[in-house]
Amino acid sequence: MVILLKGEWYDLRDLANPVRELIDGIGLPDAVDYVLWSLIASVAILTWLVVSVIAFIWIERRVVALMQNRKGPNRVGPAGLLQPIADAIKLLLKEAITTRDADRMLFWLAPIIVFIPTIVVFAVVPFGESMVLANLNVGVLFLIAVAGIMTPAVFIAGWSSNNKYALLAAMRTIAMLISYEIVQVLALLSVVIFIGSMNLQTFVSWQDEYNTWLIFIMPLPLVAYLIAGAVEINRSPMDISEAESELAAGYHTEYGGIKFGFFYQAEYMAGFAIAAAVTTLFLGGWTLWGLEEWIPGWIIFLGKLYAVFFLYIWSRGTLPRLRIDQLMSFAWKFMLPLMLVNVLVIGAEVFIWEETGASRNIALPAIGAVNTTLAVILVVGWGRFLGHGSGRQRGYRATLTREIGKIYYTGAEAS
Amino acid sequence: MEDTGTIVAFWILALITVGAAFGVAAVRNQIHSVVLLIVTFAGVAGLYITLSADFIAVVQILIYIGAIAILIIFAIVLTPRAGRLNQEGFMLLPALGLAALVAGTMIFVAFDTSWAISERDGFEETATAIGDLLLDKYALPFEIASVLLLSAILGAILLVRPEGAEEEIE
Amino acid sequence: MDSVDLEHFLVVGALLFAVGLYMTLAKRNFVGVLIGIELMFNAVNLTFISFSRFVESAEPLNGHIFVIFVITVAAAEAAVALALAVLLYRLRDTIDVDRIDLLKW
Repeated sequence: MVILLKGEWYDLRDLANPVRELIDGIGLPDAVDYVLWSLIASVAILTWLVVSVIAFIWIERRVVALMQNRKGPNRVGPAGLLQPIADAIKLLLKEAITTRDADRMLFWLAPIIVFIPTIVVFAVVPFGESMVLANLNVGVLFLIAVAGIMTPAVFIAGWSSNNKYALLAAMRTIAMLISYEIVQVLALLSVVIFIGSMNLQTFVSWQDEYNTWLIFIMPLPLVAYLIAGAVEINRSPMDISEAESELAAGYHTEYGGIKFGFFYQAEYMAGFAIAAAVTTLFLGGWTLWGLEEWIPGWIIFLGKLYAVFFLYIWSRGTLPRLRIDQLMSFAWKFMLPLMLVNVLVIGAEVFIWEETGASRNIALPAIGAVNTTLAVILVVGWGRFLGHGSGRQRGYRATLTREIGKIYYTGAEAS
Repeated sequence: MEDTGTIVAFWILALITVGAAFGVAAVRNQIHSVVLLIVTFAGVAGLYITLSADFIAVVQILIYIGAIAILIIFAIVLTPRAGRLNQEGFMLLPALGLAALVAGTMIFVAFDTSWAISERDGFEETATAIGDLLLDKYALPFEIASVLLLSAILGAILLVRPEGAEEEIE
Repeated sequence: MDSVDLEHFLVVGALLFAVGLYMTLAKRNFVGVLIGIELMFNAVNLTFISFSRFVESAEPLNGHIFVIFVITVAAAEAAVALALAVLLYRLRDTIDVDRIDLLKW
């Protein structure tokens, strides 16, 4: 297999190398080389993103339909495979109405500003061994900062519609986004403290060198980042801002046609961005315990990315939607103290590891065991402390017992 | 910094930043002013990158665009009957004169002084070094900054807490 | 234009500071005044970072540390000032700085 993957001049395992060699061989000045390399890499990332979004529109609808015991779209092409194309053609051909009193420039600008951060995030994610568009030394912080640009973009979309319900939905969405941004930052902070660098390639090489994935060492930041990521991309079960059955369409009510297509596509691309971040930081990126000799790194990476995105599709088909006050109290009362305790514990572990100088074969399993038990204890214990105990507030069954003229209900009373 | 990439990047970013800043003062709609303010913040972050201050650039985007712009937007939304015309008061001409004077003085000083330019070629990686300094030499201002932020949070909450049954915001 | 030097960045900082100063002094809306203050903070930060990059110093990253603290204090100050703006609106039903003149003679 290795013979097929790597020849004298090609190496399928690292698609960036032949491009670099080609560009260097032409012999242009350095600045033009750099611009050309960035252009080619950006076009490649964009192409892959668009193809993935098209594929996953079909996959999501079929998988959610399977979970709901019905068939998904199966009429448009063979087994419904042309359904995303039909969706795209429909959105392109619809009239993109701009209401008369809407703020024209901001109305046109808002879908673009929502769309841009979801693509820019992929510039720092390593797809393969040297397939990184920009190997920033502050990569993790870049992920968080670029995701934070969505917040004013959502407001601009809601405000420029000149629709007070859209504005209300936009303000609710912004409140949600800034609450979970804090949870996201604290989750990634604990990971950065453990590894000691914010460079995403360093994360992958650390997980390759120590022969373990970060998910086995610290599961709680992963869960927190998945939940916070689901809120940041307004995905079910937290899609309160665009709840299709409740609010008309939230902050993009007034958008039709291809402008809505931008929001729709941005949701999928943001989902891929969160999945890419989770794969690089927690699941080992493009390495698979030495298997990357035979399977190209980027195929491993894409496989893991799609597996994490499948988790989001799964939760969409299964879980009911959360209310806005449930969501906010979950962020501030439950996740934030948990994440602070997590940062403290991981800092203490790193300190103890460096002080005692234990070998990695003893220290890492110990840290993993401590973190996992602590995560279970914290989640269950803090939940009980806040009053979400099991068995107390489940639906009680009312039993009627007759006693001369009276009816008795057994079970807990609702307060 | 003589390579053409940095020069082109600097000129584009400087024009965007200064143009957007003039737009913040000059447009007649307050929401447009805030959007141009966000563009100014992004332009300044780009200028930080040309100065090889990568950590500060990302912190600028995270805090200024992600938080302070949202604060300004919330303040505008929570004051519905205020004027949104972004107009000036009666101090327009004196303020214009003073601003021009200050800018002129600073530009003259910038070109006239002979600065002690160093031979350094930019920093490679600032985040680790900043972290070392913050926890080693500047640990006291770091802790005081955290107390300051706590007092600002408490102050802001106490100021706008609705008194009694007056709950206009849900 | 064959190089970008310290003076270019200082000119950009000066222009931003002048625009911020104009907005702080001349705008009628209180939020406009605060936007001007934020512009002045940005100009000052840019000047600090450009000095840190170009000027000979024993500890070159001092400028970056200062900028971190300036950003922190700016965020805290923006929070409190905008809370004051909302409170003022609640009491006086206006945030026009020309009409809040109870302390005038």
